[in-house]
Amino acid sequence: MSTGGGIPKHSDLKTPLKRVRGWGSSKSGTHHFIVQRITAVALIPLVIWFVWFVIGLSHADYANARMMLHQPIEALLMIVFVAAAFWHAQLGLQVIIEDYVHVTWLEITSQLLVIFLCVIGAVASILAVVKVALA
Amino acid sequence: MDNSATPVLQQTQRPMSPHLGIYKWQLTMTLSILHRATGVALSVGTILLVWLLIALAAGADSYRTIHMFCISPVGLFLLAGWTWSLFFHLCNGIRHLLWDIGWGFEIPRAYATGWTVVVLSFVLTLLTWFLALRGGAA
Repeated sequence: MSTGGGIPKHSDLKTPLKRVRGWGSSKSGTHHFIVQRITAVALIPLVIWFVWFVIGLSHADYANARMMLHQPIEALLMIVFVAAAFWHAQLGLQVIIEDYVHVTWLEITSQLLVIFLCVIGAVASILAVVKVALA
Repeated sequence: MDNSATPVLQQTQRPMSPHLGIYKWQLTMTLSILHRATGVALSVGTILLVWLLIALAAGADSYRTIHMFCISPVGLFLLAGWTWSLFFHLCNGIRHLLWDIGWGFEIPRAYATGWTVVVLSFVLTLLTWFLALRGGAA
C-alpha cells in the first residue's frame, strides 16, 4: 500500500499479511481440492474392478451373485469403492451447488441434503455388503 | 457511436468473461461441461448401486425385482447411459489429473487427449456391453 509514497489513505496500520490471514482459502482452502484428487485416484482402479464385478453379475443368478460378494476381497473392494464413490460424489456436487445455487437457504438446504444422502447411501451399502459377506 | 449517450446501457451490454452464450462451441468446453453432467448423472446412478447391494442382502425376491428393472427398456437405457457416463468421467478424470501434475496444457495436446477421451469412452462402453451380453445375460 505504499504506491505513490507517503501515508496511504484509510490506513488501519495492518500489514497486507495481517489483512489476508483467516480469509479466503488460507490454511484449509486446498483441503477440498486434495481430498477430491485422492478419491479420484483411488477410484481409477476401483471403477475398473467395479465394472468387472458388474459384468460378472450380469452372468450370475441370485445365488452366484451372493457368492461373488461373499468373497472377502470382493466385499472389501466393494466397501472401499462405495465409500470413495460417495465421498467423491459429495465433493463434486458441493462445487456444482456452490457455483449455480445463489439463494442462501436453497444452497444450504441442498448442501445438507447432498451430505445426508451420501452418508445414508454409503452406510446402507456398506451394511448390505457386510450382511452378505458375513452370511 | 455517441459516447456520452446511455453509458449504463453500454456497460451492461459489454460481453462478460466466461459466458456460454457468446462463445463458439468447442471440444474442450463441451468435455468440461460433460464432466460435470456425467458427475451428476453418476451421483444419481448411485441409487441403483445402493438398491443392488440391498437387494443382494435382502433375498432372491428383491434381487428378481431389480433384475427385472435392469432388463426393462427403461432400465437398459439408464444402464447404457450410466456405463458411458462412468467411462467418460473416468477417462476425462484421468485427463484432469494429468493437468493437475502440469501435463497436457498445450492447445493441440488438450484437443488430442480430449478426442482420446471421447473415443475411449465409447469403445469401453461397447466392450463392457459386449462382455455382459456375451452368451446371453443371466
